Amino acid sequence: MQGEELDLSAIVKDVQMRKSISIRKFWDVLFSFVALSFLILGLAILLLLIFQLFVDGRGLLFSWSFYTSFPAPNAAEAGILSAFVGSLFVICVTVLFAIPIGVAAGVYLEEYAKSSSSPAVRILTDFIEINITNLAGVPSIVYGLLGLEIFKETFKLGNSVLTAGMTLGILVLPVIVVTTREALKSVPSTLKEGSIAIGASKWQTIWDLILPASIGSILTGVIVSVSRAIGETAPLITVGALTFIAFLPPLPFSDRFAPDPQTGELVRAGQYGLFDWLFSGYTVMPIQMFDWVGRPNPEFRVNAAAAGVVLVLLTLVLNSAAIFLRIYFRRRIKW
Amino acid sequence: MRSTVFKFAAAALTVSTVASFAPAQAQQAISIDGSSTVFPILEVAASEFQKNSGGIRVTVALSGTGGGFRKFCNGETDISNASRPIAAREIEACNKNGTRYIEMPIAFDGLAVVVNPQNTWARDLTSAELKRVWEPGSKLNNWSQVRQGFPNVPLRLFGPGTASGTFDYFTEAIVGKSRSSRTDFTASEDDNVLVQGVSRDRGALGFFGKAYYNENKTRVRAVAIVNESGRAVLPTDQTVSDGSYNPLSRPMFIYVSERSAKRPEVRRFVTFLMNSAPSLVKKADYIPFTRSQYSQILTIFNRNRVGTVFGGKNQVGVRISEILSRSAQ
Repeated sequence: MQGEELDLSAIVKDVQMRKSISIRKFWDVLFSFVALSFLILGLAILLLLIFQLFVDGRGLLFSWSFYTSFPAPNAAEAGILSAFVGSLFVICVTVLFAIPIGVAAGVYLEEYAKSSSSPAVRILTDFIEINITNLAGVPSIVYGLLGLEIFKETFKLGNSVLTAGMTLGILVLPVIVVTTREALKSVPSTLKEGSIAIGASKWQTIWDLILPASIGSILTGVIVSVSRAIGETAPLITVGALTFIAFLPPLPFSDRFAPDPQTGELVRAGQYGLFDWLFSGYTVMPIQMFDWVGRPNPEFRVNAAAAGVVLVLLTLVLNSAAIFLRIYFRRRIKW
Repeated sequence: MRSTVFKFAAAALTVSTVASFAPAQAQQAISIDGSSTVFPILEVAASEFQKNSGGIRVTVALSGTGGGFRKFCNGETDISNASRPIAAREIEACNKNGTRYIEMPIAFDGLAVVVNPQNTWARDLTSAELKRVWEPGSKLNNWSQVRQGFPNVPLRLFGPGTASGTFDYFTEAIVGKSRSSRTDFTASEDDNVLVQGVSRDRGALGFFGKAYYNENKTRVRAVAIVNESGRAVLPTDQTVSDGSYNPLSRPMFIYVSERSAKRPEVRRFVTFLMNSAPSLVKKADYIPFTRSQYSQILTIFNRNRVGTVFGGKNQVGVRISEILSRSAQ
């Protein structure tokens, strides 16, 4: 009798267990299903928006003149040439400005400041760290005001590509610093220790081992932040981006023309210098789109949609480049 | 790998070197900034001008009337667009920086008061009725409260955001004090949003620039406004330009810096602007003055008549002939 009872309770337990497992499995499946449906929902909305943009802009997307024309008051003639080139030039400056500073700051914080024995340095580092994390969440218009005050007013750089590029550079700096640190952290400490052990200096270790090993992840962070910068409008309007501009920044050493003081006719007045393009006026894609969307004339919405598709594609290209670079550099790392 | 990192360092060096240079030479362009309302006119002008200017460049930005004057008085721009006359504090700023300016009216803009096409009752409204609806603290929320005989339909209000010059002008003309209005209305800086809102709500009442009404005549209906002589007038090119559509029509201006006006390319642009104004202004969806009025305005420029005829105050319902007959201070 006793054995039978024991058996019975074991069976009951077993059944309860199975039931409990099957319930948990059910929840497991249900949750993954819910998660998947949210993912699909998110993607569907995104795809729908892009598709809508594409349908709205299809009239201009395939016309070459849309890409080679300056803005114009007539919707059919208006193109994105100055905005597209402006965006590229500005982003160029952003990258050149933000990468060296961001990566250097990341290296310092991660490799030098952390291991410092001085308490003053450590407090300073903590202070900087908190600030960088906070900066990453500051609304972009605030960076615009910063750029206005520092670059335009204090350094007198004017409404130029340089001002815009550096303002966006500051905007992406926190992200670059944070991703650089994460990238450096992911390098195995054995590598560093081994390098130090065979007599390499700290600088040699960083320069020859750690940076090359983490360059892929650093570049990913840089490109992702650049994709963000390319869609920014508010800070650039603050630092004086133009809205109507029908010329491109001057190429180095191209001919410069100036109005004759008497007649007002343009005459050749020498060449542009190597850096003159940095001081040119500019507009960028999001500002051009914003201007087109707000027009009374509904025909301009086609231009805005087409420009939107171009901007989405540009971001897509940048992000694919990020993925490609990450894979490329990871493959070269061997340890 | 070494070379990649080296490139970073080189780039850093380049940027810091460049940043220490002063701009090599000033932009060889005519720079225009200011009101977003006036922007379309100057955009058309700049675009047409550059087709035959032999490479003279014109840029137009939109910082708003106030933002534009700030840069203009600072000497950063050549021409400032304004949807209202220069204000007293801006005159002061210009004087302080030694920026003298030539005030030139450029076109008329009308403000359209619009309702939903299904609204069959409000054919016209008086300024007093609009004032009762829009003044601060107004509790009117039904059409039956606006005028006796109007049906019992909830009243919903749409208007431009408080940052727009259109809002400034409407409140000044209707309520009597600029920027003073009730706050419980749907506001948007994008007038297309307002058009959409009014077109979807039977009880809607809104206002925005006439250009937006012109493009959306099937979706919203304009209300005739009873003018100072007691006649209900619809906003048309004719009524806006002859001044009978008042008080909701206003002149817009450009201000040319006297210093810039000495430059031949600026003179050429302004001359082009005034000579082609009738067609340029029409293309931008605004209402032009007459040809002879534009040549009078060009004379103001050619005689270098600096100063403003408004004395730092805006004026509601002013006619162009009146502006041209005044002398500047």
